[in-house]
Amino acid sequence: MDFLLWVRGPGFDIALVVFLIGILIRLLEVLILGRKPDHSEPRGAELGAGLRTLMTRTLPEQGSFKRSPFTVVGGYIWHIGFFITLFLFVPHIELINATLGLSWPGIASNLIDAVAAVTIVTLLAMLFSRLSHPVKQFLSGPEDYLTWLVTFLPMLTGYLAYHRMIDPYPLVLGLHILSVELLMVVFPFTKLMHAFTFIFARWYNGAMAGRRGVQS
Amino acid sequence: MAEELKRIGKTLGESLRERGVSRRGFLKFCSATASLMALPPAMAPAIAASLEKAKRPSVIWLSFQECTGCTESLTRSHSPSVENLIFDHISLDYHHTLQVASGAAAEAAREAAMHENEGQYIVVVDGSIPLGNPGYSAIAGISNLQMLEETVAGAAAVVAVGTCAAFGGLPQASPNPTGAVSVSDIVKDKPVVNVSGCPPIPTVITGVLAHFLTFGSLPELDSLGRPMVFFGKSIHDRCYRRPFYDKGLFAETFDDEGARKGWCLYRLGCKGPMTYNACATTKWNQGASWPVESGHGCLGCSEPNFWDAGGFYNALSIPDSDITRQAAYVAGAGVALGAAAGAINRNKQSKAASAHETVTIDDLDKQS
Repeated sequence: MDFLLWVRGPGFDIALVVFLIGILIRLLEVLILGRKPDHSEPRGAELGAGLRTLMTRTLPEQGSFKRSPFTVVGGYIWHIGFFITLFLFVPHIELINATLGLSWPGIASNLIDAVAAVTIVTLLAMLFSRLSHPVKQFLSGPEDYLTWLVTFLPMLTGYLAYHRMIDPYPLVLGLHILSVELLMVVFPFTKLMHAFTFIFARWYNGAMAGRRGVQS
Repeated sequence: MAEELKRIGKTLGESLRERGVSRRGFLKFCSATASLMALPPAMAPAIAASLEKAKRPSVIWLSFQECTGCTESLTRSHSPSVENLIFDHISLDYHHTLQVASGAAAEAAREAAMHENEGQYIVVVDGSIPLGNPGYSAIAGISNLQMLEETVAGAAAVVAVGTCAAFGGLPQASPNPTGAVSVSDIVKDKPVVNVSGCPPIPTVITGVLAHFLTFGSLPELDSLGRPMVFFGKSIHDRCYRRPFYDKGLFAETFDDEGARKGWCLYRLGCKGPMTYNACATTKWNQGASWPVESGHGCLGCSEPNFWDAGGFYNALSIPDSDITRQAAYVAGAGVALGAAAGAINRNKQSKAASAHETVTIDDLDKQS
């Protein structure tokens, strides 16, 4: 119980400070830097092309799907599953409501439960694939395993907490919140930042190509 | 006095019959106790047989930093009921609120009971014990700590009744001005059963005592020293509103349509998911109702630190601090730091640009 009180109190405060300040620093230090002014005459519009690329790079691409269907499908499944459990589980919505004042309806807890189970299995399969596939293994560094771990732990502890698989409940709930705090602290300083930067990156790729009048 | 001693000599069965409790009523109580304690139905006759023969054990009830709510809960609950009679038929030798004697006579009764039943008696404690100034709470000039240590020395077992005795409760709430601690913080060499709750359910106390009378031992306890049979499942798991939680149907206020339809009270701050107690099954006031049924979320009163576990009306998943304001401050600081980092980068960029030297073909030739 003391542990739960700590993770809900000072622990969450620390994680929130690191998370918010970290993200703002990481974003602003890049965005304020800007780009060199492009004095060439534009051959096309930036806006449409930027938005289009933002969309097309979010959808699966045929070539990579054919080459590695497992990575593509698995990636989609766990990302979507993660978002469903994060944003549609009522206790999570309550937290967001208390922090930002935004609220929306949740979905049934047993549906979330099923989605979480699929997400956890997929994440494990993705790790297995990363460890067993020689190319993926070669490309993976400590940061990749760290980001996998901090993503996986909230899912796992959340599942354990929902099913009360660890006794007493305040302990497992505390572990769940702590694992999320770990994610929040690690987030700004690792490739997890892609959750924010992908928007700028995709937009820029599309807009740049649009300005030059080429396909992105 | 002689009559009293004679009465003590009687078995529980004889005593109950004398009070006009029928055999049928008594067996009914035994079956209910068996099912309440999750024992097989075949155990009911065994409980009956043991209880019939049981001698009335001596019970010394110590009240420390408490509000008497625990005693109120017990004495005013289902009176008169078989549970109450069972309670009558333990030998309650010392209890501030209920005993007739006062002053030196009361303390003499406690000491007499301790001497006569050395190693046999049960100590029931309600209220927390202050470790700060002993004068914060004293009885007949004896500090709570001293009285507890002295009385527990010859006891068979200790039952900490109510959250104050079990976990420190309200007196221990931040900033804990009296340095209040629980019974189990002090008593280390005797079995301690925590019957937590603010107040605890009367049936749970009688259940623990019945278990002691029947088996001569204390029931199985959970990690917080509470009887598993009553505290093994959370309020949430036994709650009749649970299906609404699973369906995602929640009352948003205490008087909206959801509240009228009996939907889940999670969003209104119900602490059912983290609270272990038997309220959802045994209920209160002769099984009439219980907090969640009456439309209010569980406060978590049978858990340690429930006073300091965030607001009663905040959902369990919400952090304790004023996070909206904090997030705003932190975001402000983040923008300032981000802008500073951006400015440093720009500075570096312009320095690099001004320090840039053009390389000609001739330069390359010279180097190679």
